[in-house]
Amino acid sequence: MAARPLRILVAKPGLDGHDRGAKVIARALRDAGFEVLYTGLHQTPEMIAEAAVQEDVDAIGLSILSGAHMTLFPAVISECVKRGIGDICIFGGGIVPPDDTAELLKQGVKRIFTPGATTQEIVDWLNQNVRPREA
Amino acid sequence: MSQTKADWLRSTYPKENDRLPSYTTISDMAVDPVYARDDLAAWTYDDNLSHPGQYPYTRGAYPSMYRGKLWTMRQFAGFGTAEDTNARFRFLLDHGQTGLSTAFDMPTLMGYDADHPRALGEVGREGVAASSIADMEALFSAIPLDQVTTSMTVNCTASIVLAMYFAVAERRGIPLTKLGGTIQNDMLKEFIAQKEWICPPQPSVRIVVDMMEFCAHEAPRWHPVSISGYHIREAGSTAAQELAFTLADGIGYVQAAIDRGVDVDTIARRLSFFFNIHNDFFEEIAKLRAARRMWAKIMRERFGAKDERSWMLRTHCQTAGCSLTAQQPINNVVRVAIQALAGVLGGTQSLHTNSMDETLALPNEQSVLVALRTQQIIAEETGVANIVDPLGGSYAIEALTDRLEREAFEYIQKIDELGGIIRAVELGYPQKEISEASYRYQQQFDRGERVMVGVNKYQVEDEPPMEILRIGADVERKQAQRVRERKQGREATVVKTALSAVKRAASDGANLMPPIIDAVKKDCTVGEIADVFRAVFGEYRDPAWV
Repeated sequence: MAARPLRILVAKPGLDGHDRGAKVIARALRDAGFEVLYTGLHQTPEMIAEAAVQEDVDAIGLSILSGAHMTLFPAVISECVKRGIGDICIFGGGIVPPDDTAELLKQGVKRIFTPGATTQEIVDWLNQNVRPREA
Repeated sequence: MSQTKADWLRSTYPKENDRLPSYTTISDMAVDPVYARDDLAAWTYDDNLSHPGQYPYTRGAYPSMYRGKLWTMRQFAGFGTAEDTNARFRFLLDHGQTGLSTAFDMPTLMGYDADHPRALGEVGREGVAASSIADMEALFSAIPLDQVTTSMTVNCTASIVLAMYFAVAERRGIPLTKLGGTIQNDMLKEFIAQKEWICPPQPSVRIVVDMMEFCAHEAPRWHPVSISGYHIREAGSTAAQELAFTLADGIGYVQAAIDRGVDVDTIARRLSFFFNIHNDFFEEIAKLRAARRMWAKIMRERFGAKDERSWMLRTHCQTAGCSLTAQQPINNVVRVAIQALAGVLGGTQSLHTNSMDETLALPNEQSVLVALRTQQIIAEETGVANIVDPLGGSYAIEALTDRLEREAFEYIQKIDELGGIIRAVELGYPQKEISEASYRYQQQFDRGERVMVGVNKYQVEDEPPMEILRIGADVERKQAQRVRERKQGREATVVKTALSAVKRAASDGANLMPPIIDAVKKDCTVGEIADVFRAVFGEYRDPAWV
């Protein structure tokens, strides 16, 4: 049986309006064969977790450049746990200093990509680390 | 007699020695090996240049430029509480900066008070928290508002924040006629690039024009709008797109004012601009020169402006945030220095230089000091401030200036054909152009065709950690508490009446500034007044085009 393409939710949590990175990644992942849903801006953690459930995605990518990452990543994780998808892969990128990255990884975020990552790196990482979630 | 350039390129130029298969600017504009008199065959000093300070202002907005007055050194600053930012303002002024520039936090920028659920995690992080007039008073404590010019980067809540600034000045006995400064207030570029909005484009532009009219009559030294290309470029546009979409936005505001019956010369003289300075040195210098020449033509020929101050494009510039690297961040000092030099050679009126650590956090004191010193070294040590438009007449610079003007006017024509910039924004035209350009750039970077030193070439394995600025967790708690206490300390009927007056003006079409100024004096908050906008104008939602 052929493996189905991975379904990735690319999301912009909080008030941050910098969407260049999120949009470029959404498009690159689509070009690489993933099914990508882009939430658009100004999403609450609840809205993101809800979309992840509704769209039955395999991973959630969060883009945060506003400095609010230490609140928003854990909040998204928490909302996912509440909805029974606490095991979903959460990754992301943006303006996140190394100390904060280390802390977020401890809290369950699987990977943070720094500015300068190539889209191929992200595609490869997803292919190596994310499996389609069973229904 | 020398060969023609075409013949020389064909028969003498050793193309086989070229290091790269092609040479383009970062905007994918091809550059020739050399520019020569052939490139300027139709060019004349009188038509294309004139002297500095003369129509079409290619060589500079003023005759003496930096020989008479250096550009304003104006570092964008803001974080934490009003007290934290006031201290940073005073630090920068003490170290020689000559104007203030204020960064507000996301809740303030988006119209939420510090105690709102949407503000969670965001208070004081990307700028200073300012929910009411008390915060503005603390922010500008011990700063003489009649002696220093202040720029404030705020857009969909610009009316509210400017009202608070004006109210603080009035309380200090300073008439509005004495206040100088700028509020960004460029909503069209929000829909295009920066993406801070409350209501849809039409009412957003209405508020901008209200502020233009109010300031023209009540605060004539104030710039009520800073028509910006910086964010358009940061979103990934090319230089020609940055130039075109910025001027198109300017055309949109002027047209909106004229449609309302305002005389063009009444508002045009206090329009100001804000451009990015990216890496490609000559392209950026040419872009600023093209901008001045284009705007002069647009104002005089398209809009029939009579006052020469209406023809004159004056701009602030900021070095490109998107060019900085998180890897080997000290290299960013070099990038910023070169970009700053381009801004000066391009004739900017005001300049912000980024700090080396901004790919990791907001600037700390050490980094912002280096950024400020960069400007001071250029001004005092290099001699570039002592000759006006020193690169004028260079074959390359003039050819690039002409080329950018031509390409930008093509985009403006396309926008006119779509029905103007507001319609183009509703259709997503500039947004989609920017998406394409940014995706193309990413592909070039991924393939290694665009080098970023330290990132995809000349990498270093292990880097020592940098000391960065941290926003304390108690900032949010403290600020939210303050907001709650202040709200409780007010008389409910006073607040209700004040907000009703704002609502009435919003619905009736009367100028919004007077009732907003009254409301902020009565301690109405940013969130409360923004809620009036939400109720009357509706909320805009991101179309989420990829």
